[in-house]
Amino acid sequence: MPNILAFAESRGGDIRRVAFEAITAARALASGGEVHAVLCGPPGIAAKAAELAKYGASVVHVAEHAAFANYAPESIAAAVAQLVSASSIRAAVFAASAQGKDLAPRVAAKLRVPIATDVIRAQWEGETLVADKPGYTGKVIATLALTATPALISVRPGAFVAAESPAAGRAETLALPLDPANARVKVTQTIAGDNAKLDLGEARVIVAGGRGLKEAKNFELLETLAAAFGNAAVGATRAVTDDGWRPHSDQIGQTGRLVSPDLYIAVGISGAIQHLAGMRTSRTIVAINRDKEAPIFKVADYGIVGDSLEVVPALTSAVREARKGA
Amino acid sequence: MKIAVCIKRVPEMDVRFKIAASGNAVDEAGLKFDMSDFDGYAAEVAIQIKEKLGVGEVVVIALGPDTVQETLRKALSMGADRAVQLKADAVPADPWSIAEALAVELRAGSFDLILFGRMSLDAANHSVPNMVAELLDVPCVVAASQLDTSGGTVKARRELEGAAETVECSLPAVVSIDEGIARPRYPSLKGIMAAKKKPLEPKPAQLGAVRMTRRAAALPPDRAAGRIVGEGAAAVPTLVELLRTEAKVL
Ligand SMILES: Cc1cc2nc3c(=O)[nH]c(=O)nc-3n(C[C@H](O)[C@H](O)[C@H](O)COP(=O)(O)OP(=O)(O)OC[C@H]3O[C@@H](n4cnc5c(N)ncnc54)[C@H](O)[C@@H]3O)c2cc1C
Ligand SMILES: Nc1ncnc2c1ncn2[C@@H]1O[C@H](COP(=O)(O)O)[C@@H](O)[C@H]1O
Repeated sequence: MPNILAFAESRGGDIRRVAFEAITAARALASGGEVHAVLCGPPGIAAKAAELAKYGASVVHVAEHAAFANYAPESIAAAVAQLVSASSIRAAVFAASAQGKDLAPRVAAKLRVPIATDVIRAQWEGETLVADKPGYTGKVIATLALTATPALISVRPGAFVAAESPAAGRAETLALPLDPANARVKVTQTIAGDNAKLDLGEARVIVAGGRGLKEAKNFELLETLAAAFGNAAVGATRAVTDDGWRPHSDQIGQTGRLVSPDLYIAVGISGAIQHLAGMRTSRTIVAINRDKEAPIFKVADYGIVGDSLEVVPALTSAVREARKGA
Repeated sequence: MKIAVCIKRVPEMDVRFKIAASGNAVDEAGLKFDMSDFDGYAAEVAIQIKEKLGVGEVVVIALGPDTVQETLRKALSMGADRAVQLKADAVPADPWSIAEALAVELRAGSFDLILFGRMSLDAANHSVPNMVAELLDVPCVVAASQLDTSGGTVKARRELEGAAETVECSLPAVVSIDEGIARPRYPSLKGIMAAKKKPLEPKPAQLGAVRMTRRAAALPPDRAAGRIVGEGAAAVPTLVELLRTEAKVL
């Protein structure tokens, strides 16, 4: 029964949803062994260890430091690497988030151990960790065999659905071999996005708009639709971010964000291959486009042929109604 | 400033891939190849820094079989000064193995700035830059969407989920480049002519240990054909009903 480490990502003192996904994925790999979580944050974060226990962390290794109000790549990587090498950890799971993509390969390199990133499935075959991950802009799934342990993986946000499974969650203090004050790389500021805005990676529902919304102002219709869902975020195509209608960080696709929400609603989006690369793994896809030949309809589960400016407000009222009953 | 840019040759992605008979790789027959997107941005960033300073050197490095020479020539025609091919029959699936080979060359070159793409479009490991930085023991910023090296340090911005962060470190450093900084220029005719005379040196790659192999490659299952539920606002009730009862997302 192997012990598995899960890195519990936080930002500004709050645990992120991907942390619970990492713990859930770690639990599956532990198959009865213990899940150890690592939680690094500003003073006060230790109080949140219980949240990790709820998802199955038997032990939570906590490091509090004022510098952890921002991400501190070198210090956290050193601490995680030391913990992995000092304990009987067979595998470590990170989120393939902006932070995890930075952190996990650093830890792998320090430990000289294999890493598979952006993993959507993982299992043991004896001592070998076998992991599936998308490549070639999502068009090919590679099955990777990690032939040494400890093995590291980062899991694609949304690929492992967080499930509760309460455990003891005994807190232990995590030593910091590198004081963040002595790190060479310093995160000087975390610039919060619009507070009201749910992030694309966290959202279960994404409403995305393209040039078919006609002008920047009409994205308000999508904001309202997203609000009607309640747990939704608004994304965009590159055509739209290039024109400055939406910030670059909202871009979904080959060169933007890769997302897999439960529901993806594409409004006025043609379905260019580079856009599909970022969202084709969504569980359910809805397309609204006035051209019935638009390629987006080929990947959509449900389509409505029509004018976005007419269909979206109608959809917003219908969703509001439906959620009232729910 | 001495700048290195690591570039990978990858297939163009706007095709339907086939799996090779081996079952663990993409069938490359008939595919067109180019510089991986983010590596193109990195090359452009390097060339712009040099142009702004008016002095310095941009060295492009690619690991792979002789076919990567074409990709290196393209970078030379964009404005890089010289190229190094780390010759290997194939590019290993383990990013560590690639990182070790690149680190050997990069260490010898004593570069001020070492640029990468945020990730390669085919392997998509987003790991090689971080690993090279560990091997060289230099600071590392990955996925920079803004980069300023004018003060002799690295000042960068990274896009997070729904937020961003600003990062600083000293030079020499490893930086991997996200989209949004610079679109790669098209090589001019003059650039293409000049590139033919620029040095391109092949050397054997000193690949590192392989602890991860690609056992299989497969196409993701096709999405079941969807359906058009109707036209205009009149179709909305049907859609919502399907989302509730069939897709169970409402
Ligand atoms: C290297 C590279 C990387 C790229 N990376 C990305 C990426 O990451 N993400 C990305 O999105 N794109 C990317 N692109 C761009 C991509 O090729 C497309 O150009 C882009 O996705 C198109 O955006 P769009 O669907 O908004 O616009 P269009 O293709 O112009 O489509 C607009 C759609 O709106 C419909 N429409 C028009 N009016 C209405 C109306 N009133 N009501 C309803 N529908 C209407 C039209 O029928 C059409 O289908 C990349 C391109 C390249 C070359
Ligand atoms: N074979 C290669 N030759 C040169 N550079 C590479 C190679 N593979 C990866 N890289 C560099 O490492 C970056 C990240 O690649 P990856 O870790 O595979 O996502 C790429 O964008 C390139 O800059």
